[in-house]
Order: sequence, then C-alpha cells, then structure tokens
Amino acid sequence: MRTLVVSTLLLCAQCFAGDQQDDGALRDMFYGEALFYANQGEFFEAISRLDTELAQHHRVDEPVRDTLYYHVNDAEFSVGDFELSYRMHQKAGRAIKAVIEGDVDPQVRNEAIYRLAKIHFQKEQKLNALHAIERIDGEIPERLESEIEFLKGQIYMVNGKFVDAEGVFQALIGEDGQEAYAEYNLAMSQFAQNENAEAIQTMTRLGKLSSDDRAVLAIKDKANLTLGSRLMEAGEYQAAKVFLERVRLDGPYSNNALLGLGWASVTSDDYKQALVPWSLLRDRHVTDPAVQDALLGVPYAYGKLGLYGQAALGYGRALEATNAELDRLDASIASIKSGNFLKVLVREEIKQDPDWVIKLRELPETPETYYLMDLMASHDFQSSLQNYFDLEQLRVKLEQWLAFYDAYEDLIDIRKAYYEPLLPDLDERFRKLDSLIRLRMEQRDKIYQRLQAMLVVPRPEFLARSEEQLALRSLEAIEKSSRNSDSDTQRRIDRLRGILQWKLAVEYDERLTVTYKNLAALDKDIEKLNEIYNSFVRTRQAATQSYQGYDEQIAALRTKNQRSLDTVEKLMLRQGHMLEAMAVNELQERTQKLEVAQVKARFALAESYDRATMESSESVPENQKSTSSETSAEKDPSLSKVDPLKDRKSDIL
Amino acid sequence: MLLLGGRVANLIQQNSVFCKVIKSLAVVFAGTFLAVSVESSQISKEQIRGLDEQVQDIKSDVLEISTDLNQLEEKLLYPSGTQVAFFISLVADEDFQLDAVEIELNGKPVAHHIYSFKEQNALINGGVQRVYTGNARTGDHQIKVGFRGKTELGSEFNKVADYTLSKSVGPDFIEIRLVSSSIGSGDVEFIER
Repeated sequence: MRTLVVSTLLLCAQCFAGDQQDDGALRDMFYGEALFYANQGEFFEAISRLDTELAQHHRVDEPVRDTLYYHVNDAEFSVGDFELSYRMHQKAGRAIKAVIEGDVDPQVRNEAIYRLAKIHFQKEQKLNALHAIERIDGEIPERLESEIEFLKGQIYMVNGKFVDAEGVFQALIGEDGQEAYAEYNLAMSQFAQNENAEAIQTMTRLGKLSSDDRAVLAIKDKANLTLGSRLMEAGEYQAAKVFLERVRLDGPYSNNALLGLGWASVTSDDYKQALVPWSLLRDRHVTDPAVQDALLGVPYAYGKLGLYGQAALGYGRALEATNAELDRLDASIASIKSGNFLKVLVREEIKQDPDWVIKLRELPETPETYYLMDLMASHDFQSSLQNYFDLEQLRVKLEQWLAFYDAYEDLIDIRKAYYEPLLPDLDERFRKLDSLIRLRMEQRDKIYQRLQAMLVVPRPEFLARSEEQLALRSLEAIEKSSRNSDSDTQRRIDRLRGILQWKLAVEYDERLTVTYKNLAALDKDIEKLNEIYNSFVRTRQAATQSYQGYDEQIAALRTKNQRSLDTVEKLMLRQGHMLEAMAVNELQERTQKLEVAQVKARFALAESYDRATMESSESVPENQKSTSSETSAEKDPSLSKVDPLKDRKSDIL
Repeated sequence: MLLLGGRVANLIQQNSVFCKVIKSLAVVFAGTFLAVSVESSQISKEQIRGLDEQVQDIKSDVLEISTDLNQLEEKLLYPSGTQVAFFISLVADEDFQLDAVEIELNGKPVAHHIYSFKEQNALINGGVQRVYTGNARTGDHQIKVGFRGKTELGSEFNKVADYTLSKSVGPDFIEIRLVSSSIGSGDVEFIER
C-alpha cells in the first residue's frame, strides 16, 4: 500500500502540473469524506478513507475517468498531512522524501520540502530541519509563502542564526495571521543579539496590539510578561510594572504577571501595593506554583507592614492550603500507582467535552487526574498521553473488527445456504433458454443477411406469404404430375404462376419495406432480451460472488487483526507504565517543593506570632517589655533571614 | 505568648541544626523516592522515542487492516452493480446552523442525522458526509431529503426536496448539496457523481 502511495506520489507529481481541470470544485465524494473526518480531527478515519480511495483509484484501468483523478495530487499530500497530524512522522516523512527525489514540478517539490522541514522541526531535529528548509528553491505555492518563511525563521532561531531569523521575521510583519507570532520571534531574535533597545521596542509594539483573536491576545500577554520579567531581571522594577499590568487578568499568563507585579512593588518597599495582586492571586487554583507563592507572599507583605496578626493568619492559611495540597498530592500519587489514572483517561464520555483536561480536575473523587493539566505542560508527557489515547482508539477498533469477521462469515454462510440449492436448477433452465435464445438470434441474423442480399439481387419469392408459397408449391406438384401433362393444363398452371409472380413483383418494394420495419421491431425486442439476459448473467454472477472467494481474505485479516491487537495491548501497557512513572515523578518533585514551603511557612508563622506577641507586650509593664524584647526577632539575626519567598523570587524573574 | 515567642526564637536559633536534620531526612526520603519511582527516573528521551516509533508502526498496520476491511465491506455488502450512496455537502456561512437531515428512498426512511457543532464546521469547511450507503435495483428511485436548521438571521430553516434517481448498472453516488441563503430560501441540489 505504501509503495503504491509513494509511486503514485511520483507519478502524480509529474503529470498534474497542467493536466488537471483545476476549477477548485470537489468532484470525488470519498476525498470529500476524508476531509470531513480530518476537519473534525478524526485523522484515523480520514487516512483510512483516503487510503481506500487512493488504492481503488490506482487499480482502475482508466484513471482519467475516475473522479479522484482531479484531486489525486491534493489527496496524496492530504494523506501526508493527515499522517503528520496523526503523529505518524516516519510514514509521512518517507512519502514526502520520495516526492522530493522525483522529477517533479518545483512548486510540488518545494511544498514537499517544506513539509519535511516541518517534520524535522517538530521532532526537534534542528540541523536536519535547517538543511531541508535551505533546499527550497524556485517557485513556491502562493498559499504557503508566509508559512514557509515563518518556519524558516523558527528554524534559524533554534539553530542560533538570529541575524537571518531577524531578517525573515522583519519581512513577515504585516502578513495576515502571522504578525503577532512574527513580532514576538523578531523580538526574541533581537534579544539574542543583544539588540535590547530594538527588542523592547518590538515587544512594546506587540504588547499594545489590538485584536479579538484569542491566540493573538495570548501572544500579546506573553510579550508583556516576557518584557516585564526581563526588565525586572535588569533591576528596572517600576518600568516592568507597566508591562506586567498589561497582561489580561483572565489569560494564561495572568498568574505569573500578578506574582511579578507584587514583587515589583516589594522591591520598592511598597508592601501595601504588593498585597493587591497577591491577594487576588492567592484565591486562585492552588495547584499553580505562582498561587502557592502568593499564599506565602501575602502574609510576608503583612509582616513587612507590621500587621503581624494578619501575617500570622495568612501563614496559617498558607499552611492549611499547603497541607491540603500535600494530602492531595499524596492521594494523587497513590491513586496513580494503583492504576486509576489510566482507567480515567480512557473514559470515552470525558473526551466529548473540549475542556476535558480542565473538567477532570473538577471531578469529585478523582485524585489521579487532579494534576493532569499541570502534567500536560511537559511535551514528553503530552505526546505520551496522546499515544496512549491513540492506542486505546486502535484497541477499541481492533476489538470491534474481530466481531465483524464473525458477522461477515455468518452472512456468507446464509447466502451460500440460500443460493447453492437454487443455482443448479436455475442454471439448467437458463441453459435451455440460452440455447433457444441463440437459435432465435441465428434466425434473425439469417433474415438480416438475406434482406441485405435482396437489396443487391431482388428475390420476390423470398417475400411470398405462406399461402402464396403453398400455392406455388401446389402448382409445381401439379406440373410434375404425369396425369396433368396436356397443354391446356400447362397453360392454366403458367397463368396461375404468372398471377402469383406478378403480384409478388408488383408488391415487392412494399413488402421489402414492411419486412425491414418488422426486423427493426424485432431488434428492439432483441435488445430488451439482451438486457434481461445480461441482467440475469450479472445477478447470477453476483449471487456466486456474494459468498465465494472470501474465506482466505477474512482468515488473513482476522489473523492480522489479532496480531495487531496483541501488539497494541503490549504497547498500551508500556506506554501506560511510562505515563504513570512520568506523572508520579512530577508529583513527587512537587511534593518535595511544597514540603520546603511548608517548613518555611511554619517558621514564618511562628515568627509572626512572636512579633504579634511582642507588639501586644508593648502595652504591658516595662520589666516584662524588656524580657519580651530579648526574645524578639530583631535581636536574633537568623530571624530576619526567614523570607518565605526568598528562593522563589529568582524563579519568577 | 511570651513563652511561645521564646520557643520560636530558640527554634530559629536551632534552625541550622534543624535544617541539617531535615536535609539528612530528605536524603533518606530521596532514596525512598528513587526506589519507588525507579521506572520514572530511568525514562530517557531514547525510550520515549523508541516507544513512539513502535506506536507509529502499529498505527500503520492497523490503518492497512482498516483499508482492507473497507474494501471487503464494500465488496461484500455493497457490490458495485447495486451500490447507492448519498453524500451531504453544505455551502453556507459560519452563522448558518444545520441541525438535522432526513432522507427517504422510495418512501422509506433510510437515513437520519443530527449534526454536532464539529460536524457542521467540517461541512462548511469543504468536507462531505456520506450519510447513507445501500443497494438498489436498476431503474427509477424516488429520493426525498429534508433539512432542518437555523438561517444566518436566526429564523427556522426547513427545506424538503425530491429527486428521481435513474439507477444504472454500476455504483451511483449522489451529492445532496444544501446551498443556504440568509433569507432562508436555501436550495437543494442533487448531483450525480
């Protein structure tokens, strides 16, 4: 099948540059059906339908008469595209390489190279991607112009060719649909070359872009956050605030922006101002590290403002949240280890919801998936999870198909049981009818030939009616009889024969016309007879074909199916173990970090209580006051070092 | 409270000692973590890639089975001499909402489909849905199609159309194309492919 597709890719690429009727209209319904599935993200169905259609197309004697002929070039590329989307890089890559190496139109070749470079880029094979993209030469398809340039810029960036990347992204600014991405990458290229002023200018421009597109708004937020973080790194805290404040409060980057804003205020000792973003942030979902930091940040700010009671309460709340989070992490790890994680993931009804990853966190009594969204941040986890889903889909299909073979065999048995007893008698009757039909056909052919001959040599006697023929035969018999040999009788015979011949000669033309008309009518009947005959032959053939010749095919498919099912199950086990291990690893790391934060919060809580006590002791008698001041944190240098966010600060920036 | 403050101060004074204890405990626990998650710590990029390649191979095998099965199904259930298939296509703006389609063949309902948002978008973006595959004798057959939905302006849309299919020898594929217009006077076209 693959060889077929590859060879077709070569052939099609050669012959399709000018031959197709390229009016854009969809002619092949099955190609349209593949697009219908692909548009819904159901790539297995899309590839399967298109492979079937392509296989049939390559088997037809006259491909030009097949409707797929008009789309075969697109169809071949679509298969490659769908395979890429279905994460079958190897297969897609091989087919695309075959196109590149063939003698093809430059546009087709360049499109193939672009797709190959994209595969390498997606697989993080940066040098291969660079070599591929640099092979693009000559005419390129108009619809892919900006996409090719954008990919080229990205490849230059990952290969450290920032000057080239800058040039590419500069040229892309102003292109519809690419502008925000191009601006962001341009700024990153400029930063990489230490062109900080230009980069800040680019980021600022991007950060002010107005758009309704959610993806563009996210890029805009990312630009503001990146710029804000970089300015904070450079110690320009107040300048950073301007950019951090531009990040939307409900966007994916809002948590880090809020945390950064708090820190920017803290650096200028404006703890009151820091409380604004941090208070907002600490009420958000506690699985986010930024929220966990805000939980400690708020009481830290209260402490700095001298509100130790509030600080103690805040640390208490942080401890409570941290403890709850640690319990949840423990429960998640235990649940994942007991195999529940994989069981929940393959529940079909969950994936009906486009926000299933988020919904899984909200489900009660599902600790195993509580951190799924956070785990999804890792590319390896994401691709492994997707592989697991794909394997589950394959397993379900293969199991369903196993039942199909039994059903097909039952169907074949029923057909066989019905047709086999009927067919011998039917065939016998058909043979008799067939010989009769053949006889009549021969007779018709003889009449036709005779009529054709009569056009050249008229033969009136051939058109004599039966009574006339009888009369002529009687006259001959009388003539031959010895008893009637006298001249008078002979004269009478001649006269009668003459009358008959006269009549035949006079009516010859008329009779010939009538005979031709009758033959034409007969031909119509024969045509109908042939239709019935052919229909019978087809039905007879279909009856046999409906139950003969399937045994080997079904047996082979069943074996292949069972073998594939075994492989899928083995791979699912391995992929599942890998996913569980990745998840447990990640969650254990989180646990360790939280435990550190917990210890810090405990110490900070105690310190706050201590300070709050000290504060209240200021109103007590002098002798007690001095005792309390001796125990105060100010006298103990180690106390001032308890900064719960000290480690985290550098992480954020 | 003073007592508490003193205890805390002492604790903090002992912080460095406490940290050492915590660190040593952490080492012990880290050892335990390593033992528990021995698999996870050994997962390398190569392992991930190796498994990914095997998954790609099995996908390829299963797709081949699927293609063979499609062909077998077609040959067995819908022989080319009698095969009839109806396809739905849609020419409409994104605001048009196609809810359902019903098809009758010779007065008998043969297909009924309610569209999801994804399916509707797939149709608007050039996809074609095979809504029915069956068998029919040669000769004339009556097709009746009913579409239901909402127009771009939000009004109810109901469209029924008839067509006579002259079934010949060989498969017959009919594209039933719904061309919507904002005023609700959509048109249904039948195209024999």
